Amino acid sequence: MPSTKTEQMVMASLKARHRKEQSFKLLGIAAIIMALFFLVTLMTSILSKGLPGFFQYYVTLEVELERERLDPAGDLSDQSLFDGQAKKIIQEAVLAKTGAKKRNEKKAARKLVSNGSDLRLISFVQANPELLNSRQSVKFALDDDADSYFRGFVKKQTPEKQRRLSDLQIAYLDQMQADGLVSYEISDYLFFGSASRNAEMAGIKGAAIGSLLTLVVCFVIAFPIGVATAVYLEEFAPKNKITELIEININNLAAVPSVVFGILGLAIFINIFGMPRSIPLVGGMVLALMTLPTIIISSRAAIKAVPPSIRDGALGVGASKVQATMHHVVPLAIPGMLTGTIIGMAQALGETAPLLMIGMVAFIVDIPGGVTDPGTVLPVQIFMWADFAERMFIQKTSSAIIILLLFLIVMNGGAIWLRKKLERRW
Amino acid sequence: MKKFLFALLASGLITGSAQARDQLSLAGSSTVLPFATIIAEEMGKNPKFKTPVVESGGSSVGKKGVCEGIGTQFIDIGNASSRMKASELEFCNKNGVDVTEIKVGYDGIAVANSLQGETLTISKADLGMALTAEVPACYEGSGRNYNCDEWIANPFKKWSDINPSYPALDIRVYGPPTTSGTRASFAEMVNQKAYCGKEPIAKKASAARGDKKGKKCRAMRTDGAYIEAGEQDNLIVQKLQEDPNAYGIFGFSYLDQNTDTLQSAIVDDTPATFELIASGDYAISRSLWFYVKHAHVGVVPGMDEYMKTWTKNWGPDGILSDAGMVPMPEAERASYAKAMTDLPKLTADMLKK
Repeated sequence: MPSTKTEQMVMASLKARHRKEQSFKLLGIAAIIMALFFLVTLMTSILSKGLPGFFQYYVTLEVELERERLDPAGDLSDQSLFDGQAKKIIQEAVLAKTGAKKRNEKKAARKLVSNGSDLRLISFVQANPELLNSRQSVKFALDDDADSYFRGFVKKQTPEKQRRLSDLQIAYLDQMQADGLVSYEISDYLFFGSASRNAEMAGIKGAAIGSLLTLVVCFVIAFPIGVATAVYLEEFAPKNKITELIEININNLAAVPSVVFGILGLAIFINIFGMPRSIPLVGGMVLALMTLPTIIISSRAAIKAVPPSIRDGALGVGASKVQATMHHVVPLAIPGMLTGTIIGMAQALGETAPLLMIGMVAFIVDIPGGVTDPGTVLPVQIFMWADFAERMFIQKTSSAIIILLLFLIVMNGGAIWLRKKLERRW
Repeated sequence: MKKFLFALLASGLITGSAQARDQLSLAGSSTVLPFATIIAEEMGKNPKFKTPVVESGGSSVGKKGVCEGIGTQFIDIGNASSRMKASELEFCNKNGVDVTEIKVGYDGIAVANSLQGETLTISKADLGMALTAEVPACYEGSGRNYNCDEWIANPFKKWSDINPSYPALDIRVYGPPTTSGTRASFAEMVNQKAYCGKEPIAKKASAARGDKKGKKCRAMRTDGAYIEAGEQDNLIVQKLQEDPNAYGIFGFSYLDQNTDTLQSAIVDDTPATFELIASGDYAISRSLWFYVKHAHVGVVPGMDEYMKTWTKNWGPDGILSDAGMVPMPEAERASYAKAMTDLPKLTADMLKK
């Protein structure tokens, strides 16, 4: 039995306190379930649309690789093969397979195979010149409309006028499938193709390389400047009004909308320095401006976390301030700095807004060979695909989103791993 | 630190060498973009040329961008889905930029809904009346005072309020936002010219408020009857597939790709079809243009080839018509093909025609 007055009061309120604790717990769990629910919905929607996008339909055709027609100059150069009749040879193979004779039949049959098949045949010939002047089975991508038919998006029951394939074309496709020529395989175009207006040929290679180049430039600029700033501000700068003002400004910059950095980039790098538009070099510089505050703030936190006894110890045995900082403090703070940098870079990888102003939100087919060739980045590619009318781009968009998410998971996972691996506790 | 200095040095070197550009740079209308990119890709197949870079941004970016100046940091060709205005040409002249105007084809603006919904058969003037922000106060069942010179916020809730023969559905139309050329053309052709320019009551009331041309009628409703669905036409298509009672306004190529789920409204007795837009009979269609900068022809490699690639593919059997662009008649194609080689300088007089 409770004896004192205090004990009685505690016993009386105990139930209410337990109840409050219980409900707080439930609230927390509910919040997590909500978040998980949204995440699962998003992931199922993306995965269900995107996974089929990793595959596409191909048709195997027998083509006559006549050297005279394919390679008129006879030197297998790009120009000679371009001047050749690759397209015509493929069309002849399609016509032979389908048996199309009349003009409208021919027109219907020609549209079934991807418009970019000539490039595929040319690269096939360049890779296998010994096969010239023989008859070979070569795999070509089907046109996006034909692809949609095999996926079941174009249905036979729909009246002919309302679908994008005619009865004749569907008959040809059924015929090819019955002959065992149609195959459903992992799409090589998605991974090794560049931007294209032919949905079946569009791929992420150009954008992925553009992203890589941009991030390299961004890192090379932002990391040294960010770390140097953080080290100076933490270790050397006097604490006065001016450094305080700088600190406030850095924190402010971290919250500035990213498109503002794009405008800055346009005004300074392109209009004043006269650098060309749409190049990863400018993109990386703009993104570096954007990630600098993140890097500086996290680096300063990492330096602050190094115990003062380390500095005092170094100074105590006669090291100079620079030696104490460079030999002891910075190496110990590096894991934290890198973590911050990786998170900043992951942010930069997902940005489109600052790149809009400097012309990297563009349709760019050629794969950039360096930081001064025009290039675009992954999120821009996703954005552009989402807007194209052809239905196959819906799947490609989701596939590209999956790939971008994988990149982000790898980067953020790397940051966590690095922290776990290199972190030291005192 | 060494790395950083090296990077700075490298970027300095690159800036110095970046003066010459061997790749065409285009920007402008998002309606022209799908077609311009097809041409760019086709041209890039030839190993002699690099594939042009095509940026989006809207018609005004295309027309302004091409006129900003001469030099490789400026674009070579501007795409537009509306013709250059006199004021925009003045901007060119101010910057000393001569351009040639090339028309490449037509694009219909489709009004459409789900195949499961009711087909909307409507006159162009009534379509404008349903969507414009303000109407005169003297329509049956609309106004408070029947004063034809007073303008009130658009009171029509259902299509059948305008004419009992129209569907008894709430007016709910998804369309592009103010930044879009599609919207500007729609507002001009339907709200301004068809409704305020022809419908007698609105015409009189417009004149009475000192707006003879009816420019004020271009404003779209903001009370929820007209819903801005973002620049992406695909979003509008998705909304319509989910909501059979709503209608949408978007570029014809998106209707062309979705004929198994969407149907065109019949405006002034014509549905949006490829043939009717090509013959000029469809009620709401506009021309697509690009503007070529003279000073860059022969300097940036590929200008001639880019234009030549257009002429090879802009016919009725070409890849562009497959993608939903409506070709010009043969005579018009010939005259613009000639303009590509002659490069007549665009003057204010030419724009008046």
